[in-house]
Amino acid sequence: MATTLLEIVSPDRLLLSQPVDMAVIPAAEGEMGVLPGHAPMIVLLQGGTITLHEGGRPTSRLYVSGGFAEITAERCTVLADEAIPVAEVSRKTAETRLSEADAAYAAADKMDIPMLDLVMQRQQAARAMLAAAEAA
Amino acid sequence: MASLKALRARINSVKSTRKITSAMKMVAASKLKRAQTQAEAARPYAERMQRMLAALAVSAAGSPTAPRMLIGTGRDQVQLLIVVTADRGLAGAFNTNVGRAARTAIQRLEAEGKTVKVITVGRKGRDYLRREYASRLIGEYSFAGKKRVEFSDVDEVAARITAMLAAGEFDVCTVVYNRFMSVISQVPTESRLVPLPLPEIAPVETTGPQAQYEFEPDEEAILAALLPRNMAIQLFRALIESAAGEQGARMSAMDNATRNAGDMINRLTLNYNRTRQANITRELIEIISGAEAI
Repeated sequence: MATTLLEIVSPDRLLLSQPVDMAVIPAAEGEMGVLPGHAPMIVLLQGGTITLHEGGRPTSRLYVSGGFAEITAERCTVLADEAIPVAEVSRKTAETRLSEADAAYAAADKMDIPMLDLVMQRQQAARAMLAAAEAA
Repeated sequence: MASLKALRARINSVKSTRKITSAMKMVAASKLKRAQTQAEAARPYAERMQRMLAALAVSAAGSPTAPRMLIGTGRDQVQLLIVVTADRGLAGAFNTNVGRAARTAIQRLEAEGKTVKVITVGRKGRDYLRREYASRLIGEYSFAGKKRVEFSDVDEVAARITAMLAAGEFDVCTVVYNRFMSVISQVPTESRLVPLPLPEIAPVETTGPQAQYEFEPDEEAILAALLPRNMAIQLFRALIESAAGEQGARMSAMDNATRNAGDMINRLTLNYNRTRQANITRELIEIISGAEAI
């Protein structure tokens, strides 16, 4: 079976580079499954988990707080702001981040739409992190 | 001629200096290794980001609604310089080189009638520019005491630049830093952040169907998120190159210092032995002539 090369890179290092059957990535407009031979795309990511599928089953999951992905027919490159294997996601960090983001939301100027968007993205990323921590 | 005691004290003092410099050289060598590994580890992200940016920028650069971070404000009146140096000295001409490059740049820009603003990263750069250009300094960052440069630190600086750009506080932004060429050579380099110099794209590839990307949600949203990220990455790269360069410069400076101390010890020892012999000869002459006189 054809595979697609999944690469996950964070600013400090190359985290993962391995062929997978399918990768499910948290695109900004909903989860997206990437199979070999996908049309070339550049997508924005939101906070969520990347799931690797090998041999018809999900094999491992990583939490990403946001970033970008470049998809071509043979590979899927994820530029993650931060990527942590789901098993290592700390619930405590997630809770702190969520409460910080909530506080930022409460303090934010509700008329400043771009700013509000940013804060809501942070909230969403923190909630996804918490969900990942609970799932682990 | 110096007394024997003074010479002995001097030799001992140079010996301990040599111990210090050779220890510093070894420390720098191991830190250099770490800094180089870090620089290499950061490369994949920067490369891939460059590739994505290239795909996006081509179509966006032509449109009048392109983000400021890509095409700038269209003016070049207010220039922002980011000067990246080390926090510590004893690294040969490392810090001075960047300082001098920054000074030349400031003088050149001001001669052209531009307004210059400076943000320094690293203590030595601030100290160097504070004397002459204190009024141009608008911010300073220092990561002294940190083992290595973390991306989150750089993010803070990048966020500030992004905010300044949004507020229209500058038109062109340039980083001055030491580019790491090799262990013995670091070249002060100016690299522009805003407006972004468009990455070179091989013209052959763009014609193929490969280059036709789809975008989700849309090009503008991606570009708006990608550009600040790219700026942080460029800055991060400058910082880790500079960190590696610092260790390299320190290593070769300390190597020279160790060698010089060795030479000095040899000279002083020769001097010491000659003086000692001269003293013995003189004492013998005194004894013999004293005995003959009786």
